[in-house]
Amino acid sequence: MLEKALKGSRGYGIWVAFLLLLVAIGFFFYLRQLDYGLGITGMSRNVSWGLYIAQFTFLVGIAASAVMLVLPYYLHDFKAFGKITILGEFLAVSAVVMCITFIFVDLGQPGRVMNVLLYPSPTSVLFWDMVVLNGYLLLNIVTGWTVLGCEKKGIPPPAWVKPLIILSIPWAISIHTVTAFIYSGLPGRSFWLTAIMAPRFLASAFASGPALLILFCLILKRFARFDAGEKAIQTLAKIVAYALATSIFFVLVELFTVFYSQIPGHMHHLTYLFAGLDGHDAIARWMAVSALTALAALVLLIIPRMRKNESLLALACICVFLSLWIEKGLGLVVTGFVPSPVETITDYTPTGPEVAITIGVWALGLLMITLLYKIFISVRKG
Amino acid sequence: MAPTRREFIKIAGFSAVGLILPSLPLLSQAQAGTPAAGSVSPAAPGVLPALKAKRWAMTVEPRKCRPDCTDCITACHLEHNVPDFGNPKDDVHWISLERVEHIFPAEAHPRLPESITKLPVPVLCNHCENPPCVRVCPTQATFKRADGIVMMDYHRCIGCRFCMAACPYGSRSMNYRDPRPFIRKINPAFPTRTKGVVEKCNFCEERLARGILPACVIACKDKALAFGDLEDPRSDVRLILDKGLSLRRRPELGTGPQVYYIL
Repeated sequence: MLEKALKGSRGYGIWVAFLLLLVAIGFFFYLRQLDYGLGITGMSRNVSWGLYIAQFTFLVGIAASAVMLVLPYYLHDFKAFGKITILGEFLAVSAVVMCITFIFVDLGQPGRVMNVLLYPSPTSVLFWDMVVLNGYLLLNIVTGWTVLGCEKKGIPPPAWVKPLIILSIPWAISIHTVTAFIYSGLPGRSFWLTAIMAPRFLASAFASGPALLILFCLILKRFARFDAGEKAIQTLAKIVAYALATSIFFVLVELFTVFYSQIPGHMHHLTYLFAGLDGHDAIARWMAVSALTALAALVLLIIPRMRKNESLLALACICVFLSLWIEKGLGLVVTGFVPSPVETITDYTPTGPEVAITIGVWALGLLMITLLYKIFISVRKG
Repeated sequence: MAPTRREFIKIAGFSAVGLILPSLPLLSQAQAGTPAAGSVSPAAPGVLPALKAKRWAMTVEPRKCRPDCTDCITACHLEHNVPDFGNPKDDVHWISLERVEHIFPAEAHPRLPESITKLPVPVLCNHCENPPCVRVCPTQATFKRADGIVMMDYHRCIGCRFCMAACPYGSRSMNYRDPRPFIRKINPAFPTRTKGVVEKCNFCEERLARGILPACVIACKDKALAFGDLEDPRSDVRLILDKGLSLRRRPELGTGPQVYYIL
């Protein structure tokens, strides 16, 4: 089936070449980072995780969201998703590859990455995250590829695939739960030390992932003459609406606990995130965009007339994606470090090379999605 | 580095006592005024027996500190080849000076006297009894010894910085760049680090193994720092702790810090 990714229209070729260029630029700057060290990024002694780990966190959510297609289709026999379940699985595969790449580029000593396997440390959440992420990657590659292969041959998928697909449902929940535990189990970082972290992660994931999938479906409809079907897209839109509402609710719950209890150590972080501290308000400006786009998206998604309008739906999905990317892909990680344990406020600004590497990894993921979706479309068209 | 006066006296004491009473190692220890140790293994000639403890701990009495004194930091950073990048972003340090209100926010209030609020307080790794950094490390590159010292294996660390996120005290530094060009004077007795690994205070375990107290403790002319075995009622730290109330940084987190502050 792989050969199907090689033939395509002129536009397809240009798009792939463009992504390859971005990957190459990212790789060039990664080589510079390898040479210079992580000091090439905006990370510092006080803000020791930045864009890379934040992208990883956000993308784990995108990966987990495949379950929003798999679960209705395989557990509830929701036929409308039959056409696009594989798209969800392939999105998960690409997202997990991006996650692993982001962790890798974040390592100070990437050559020693195998130490994680050589000295397995069950007390470390990062160790478990490695286990669940690789497991999830494998599950989705195997199930997605096998089901698509059988479609090509016009035969039903083998019986052994079904248990793996069912297994991938709780597994999807586990990857984002374990990723939340990386943060929520640390005693000294009060911003992250909240039991609602994992539920919050899942809620925002089930909004941002399906929103991205809707956008992909609309793109495929326009450029690849593949129609996912009105029912599938509208159902996805409802899932996004509910998940977004839940996600916003969880954030408000968090805000209530912190600002009604008025414990200073807890308030500092959220004040920094939403209003800025001592004039340091770069993140707060982004968060204002995040809040506004979330509310706009919620309105667009809740009102049926707007949701059913394809252009407005696309706009809503862009808003959801942008809002949650800012929340998780920027704010969540950095704010945990500000103020620092000795109450220093350190601004974090990603550097040019850091942004180039980040775009490079995203391009790598988009390239994987493009190739996998191309194969999918080619098989579907016979 | 030439031995300081205190080190010299200690070495001289060891040598003298060692000559006279080679069969009484415990007494020789007491004479040298070192923290008591369980057993002292017979040492090779010219080498002090290693200092051992059940639970190493440190006391800090910042009110004894002279204004603007940074002797402990200088000694520590020279001893351990800690680089000086000259900017806060890449900064690596094992000891630093912080304000009381920042390290004991729960104790701070507007009516504290200036003698307290203006006081620079040395902070370092707390060598926690229950260290979160050790718990989160995915390669066991950071680990706790039986005597309580939380150590780093610079050759195993993958530079993921999970330990930096986990440490509630900001005690850890990442080598964001190659540190070697930024070391003022390389001490060949202690390894330098590569870029991409995390480092922190090691309670001078390399000196303890040679029978010498930590560099910061020896460097402090005002005796603001003391070091010893918390399990030994006659140790310097226990004698100081016995006198009254001492504070630890964020004890409510359950980490069990082993650096005690007397304010």
